[in-house]
Amino acid sequence: MGIIGHIGRYFLLLKDTFSRPERASIYWRRTVEEMDLLGLKSLGIVGLLSFFMGAVITIQTKTNIDSPLIQAWVVGFATRQSTILEFSPTIIALILAGKVGSNIAAEIGSMRVKEQIDALDIMGVNSAGYLILPKILASMLINPFLVMVSMFLSIFGGYIAGTATGIVSATDYLQGIQTGFIPYHVTYALIKTVVFAFIIATVSAYQGYYTRGGTREVGISSTQAVVYSNVVILIVNYALTQILLI
Amino acid sequence: MIEVKGLSKRFGTTQVLTDINAVFQRGKVNQIIGKSGSGKSVLAKCIVGLHVPEEGQVLYEGRSFHDMDRDQMKEVRQEIGMLFQGSALFDSLSVIQNVLFPLQMFATMSKREMEERARFCLKRVNILDKDHLYPAELSGGMQKRVGIARAIAMNPKYLFCDEPNSGLDPQTSILIDDLIKEITEEFDITTIVITHDMNSVMETGENIIFINQGRKWWEGTKEELLNSDNKELNEFIFAGGLMRQVKKAMTGRS
Repeated sequence: MGIIGHIGRYFLLLKDTFSRPERASIYWRRTVEEMDLLGLKSLGIVGLLSFFMGAVITIQTKTNIDSPLIQAWVVGFATRQSTILEFSPTIIALILAGKVGSNIAAEIGSMRVKEQIDALDIMGVNSAGYLILPKILASMLINPFLVMVSMFLSIFGGYIAGTATGIVSATDYLQGIQTGFIPYHVTYALIKTVVFAFIIATVSAYQGYYTRGGTREVGISSTQAVVYSNVVILIVNYALTQILLI
Repeated sequence: MIEVKGLSKRFGTTQVLTDINAVFQRGKVNQIIGKSGSGKSVLAKCIVGLHVPEEGQVLYEGRSFHDMDRDQMKEVRQEIGMLFQGSALFDSLSVIQNVLFPLQMFATMSKREMEERARFCLKRVNILDKDHLYPAELSGGMQKRVGIARAIAMNPKYLFCDEPNSGLDPQTSILIDDLIKEITEEFDITTIVITHDMNSVMETGENIIFINQGRKWWEGTKEELLNSDNKELNEFIFAGGLMRQVKKAMTGRS
């Protein structure tokens, strides 16, 4: 099947996914379970990554702009801007595409090859809606929370690294993270996060839902889910940045 | 009763089924037999609507399934129970939750009534004591029994069993066969069993259809099966020495 065929089938799957649920209460319960599975269980890796990334951004910024013409608070400013504009929404989305995306594709792909999706269809359950919709909703609801935690920990990581190594004083760093703050940038980051969450959940679910064959094919679907989610995120990131920031 | 009229199905350029006509009667165990790759599973999937045939009709009590709109199809599907070859139980749900699943999705009864119904179905297949276990903790035969319990939970009018004996020892196979036959008679449902297990055919088969090269090659009862002079059918059923001995014992001819 060519790329146009895949895009067409992706949108047809979305149409089925968003059709009327059989029992809204069951879908909502599944959404809450997915929020725990896809979101809260990613909190550890997101936190660890964000803290150290913030620390590295601070150290690298300082070593690259070490000039008497540039004020010391710029380190904190650069860390905050890098974190809010790009690192937290985009890099964390790429990390989640790897962790959550592969999980979604493998779970749905396994259900496909074990005929569990056929079982749902034969019962009269809208299998696309039942399996995919709670994952989309859960990702779109929980990922903004993860990204806000990431923003905080990255900036905090920069503060710890900067003050512990002595490359920037606490006062300068705190002044930097408050200077020229534009609240809209947080809104921009959260809009990107929600869009990326939708991409991760739907692209990965698409890969899993149309898995054919056995366990080897589940592995292939899982890998493709990560690769295609990342590619789509990077393209959409460019488009959103142009639309929302220029 | 399910009626199949002029059903043909192809995948790409490969013709899998050609002009299949068949009637599956209510209250009987109807069997579709044939070699691996003969098209019997594709036929079953066309009947339950997992595949859309290029030509032909599937009639449920006279209602053409593939001409129905989405909601009508959904209604018919709620009248269908299916036991899959690999059981297809939901791994993340316990035995009782698997049986409760279709009830929770569609049934208009209280929580207590649903639990009672699920327990009744599990008791009917003699596996109530395993209700708290997960599918991975069950043997193949137990998984099939839970699959049957889930299939009958919604009081289906039609029961489909895809290779119900695959991967089971002969003793467990007989138990599953007996269970399918008992349930068919007890609930007066139309049962279709897809199999290539001749032991199962001789045990439960009442109306047998032999599919070969994607066509209906032969149809009859198990008594007629042993006396048929159809060359392809004989090659299929008497491939094993045991069936030749059964024929000799029953007909006196080898």
